[in-house]
Amino acid sequence: MTVVDPTLAKVRPSRGRGARERAAWAFVAPALIAIGLFFALPVIAALLLSLTDFDIYALANLDNLRFVGLQNYERLLTNPLFWGAMKNTLTFAVLGVPLSIAASLAAAVILNARVVKWRPIWRVMFFAPYVTTLVATAVVWRYLLHTRYGVINWGLESIGLPAVDWLGDPSTSIPAILMFVVWKIFGYNMLIFLAVLQTVPDDLYEAARIDGAGSWKQFRHVTLPAIAPTMLLVSIISVASFFQLFAEPYVMTQGGPAQSTVTVLYFMYEEGFKWWNLGSASAVAFVLFLCILAITLVQLAVAKRVGAYQ
Amino acid sequence: MKIRAILLNLAVALIALIVLFPLVWMVSVSFMATGEAAVFPPPLLPSHWTLEHYRDLFLNQGMGRYLWNSFALATLATILALSFTVPAGYAFAKLKFAGRERLFQFLVAALVVPAQIGTLPLFLMLKSMGLVNTYAGALVPWLASIFGLFLVRQYALSIPDEMLEAARIDGASEGQIFRRVVLPTLQPIIVTLGLFVFLGSWNDFLWPLIILTDQSNYTLPVALAALSREHVQDIELMMAGAVVTVAPVLILFLALQRYYIRGMLAGSVKG
Repeated sequence: MTVVDPTLAKVRPSRGRGARERAAWAFVAPALIAIGLFFALPVIAALLLSLTDFDIYALANLDNLRFVGLQNYERLLTNPLFWGAMKNTLTFAVLGVPLSIAASLAAAVILNARVVKWRPIWRVMFFAPYVTTLVATAVVWRYLLHTRYGVINWGLESIGLPAVDWLGDPSTSIPAILMFVVWKIFGYNMLIFLAVLQTVPDDLYEAARIDGAGSWKQFRHVTLPAIAPTMLLVSIISVASFFQLFAEPYVMTQGGPAQSTVTVLYFMYEEGFKWWNLGSASAVAFVLFLCILAITLVQLAVAKRVGAYQ
Repeated sequence: MKIRAILLNLAVALIALIVLFPLVWMVSVSFMATGEAAVFPPPLLPSHWTLEHYRDLFLNQGMGRYLWNSFALATLATILALSFTVPAGYAFAKLKFAGRERLFQFLVAALVVPAQIGTLPLFLMLKSMGLVNTYAGALVPWLASIFGLFLVRQYALSIPDEMLEAARIDGASEGQIFRRVVLPTLQPIIVTLGLFVFLGSWNDFLWPLIILTDQSNYTLPVALAALSREHVQDIELMMAGAVVTVAPVLILFLALQRYYIRGMLAGSVKG
């Protein structure tokens, strides 16, 4: 190692670096080209498309395509159906995020208790609905929520409560779909909470117990502060996912009853692929994007302040 | 202390009941005779077990075709996604090239853009290429996974540089190093990412709904959604369809759950 051949020292690194650089480009090029072609380009094209009146006539013949500026956006903002979709989506998010996080947290806290038996089995079982096919389990839940033959109404009636027309009444359709969504996704955040809870040292609980803190006080003063940063991140990520609901209303209610479950993405799908108003549908996509972007920026800002983001 | 233990175990049992009931009920009803589930109170077990709905699905409703489409697309998506993202993820972690940092920052920024934004232009693009209603069209979004690239990069960062350097001194080319040294070390994350892509493709709905216009190309979720609009009253038939759709992914997940959960937690801790 002490004697270095001068020619070798000169040639080796430069040749090595050149080869390595070429190899690196060969490794990243396919992925970067795919990302550029099938992700970046369509996103940019969506912005341009949203400034045109691309519709079924333009689909047949591009000569019918005109540049219309912000007209699609103006028309959207005066379209009550669009505002209805925005309102429904917000309702889904405002009710669904706290509900799903409360369910995840409760399950995580319970599973984190040492006295619970067979914890690894429960962990996997509670997560399992998350990986099931959404369309299939949505079909199952549509029958569980059936007004006459549904198991849920049977349960209600057997404890003396009246049956509910879950998916047929505009005032219960969103809560009904949310029951399904929470059932399906709570395991995901539960696993994240569990991972964080397992980093809380037992000594802290021990100390709290010695100080005479009961279960609630332990939760309030030990558990909650430990998971607060995670909870914040998780909740804001959940908002973004609730903004992208589509298959649930598509399968369970087809947007009904009385448009009460039309979400923004569902509205975009119908506008684009049912009526072939691709220009206007792209404008919907961009409004959706801006909403999600705003939430993400809030996420980054808040997380940075809390110091959870690395 | 005893009471607390009993209460907690009861709570777990209750959650387990809520989680499992819809799935068990789905399986049970799929074996009931036509019309048996449409009574009040709803029966929980078939009075006698029958396979008639599974037979109907595969003989008359083309379920075998949909099952094949789903399986072929998920397998191809997995192979393609892995062969595009694994080398790229490794290169971003371990190989220096001009503009790497800037490119990476650009990709990080692009993560906030939901893929649905580009759905409409992507559809038009593939239409002009004649790829609507083809497997190729359905597979295209899986090639461009920024998330997958990150997952692999994150894992590849832990490969010690000395190991790669040693192989270089031995005269191995970069391609040989990738195949003989890097791929074996990346094996756990390859399984994880492959599982993510397979399940993601199998469960995907919006894109196949848009791009696969001909019934013979439908995947299971698209076919099931169409069937459920036609056969609203046939609870038993729909449950059999749901079982066929869910069972493969559920079994796959249970078999490989350690890889799935580990990868999921690694991906989410980084935000």
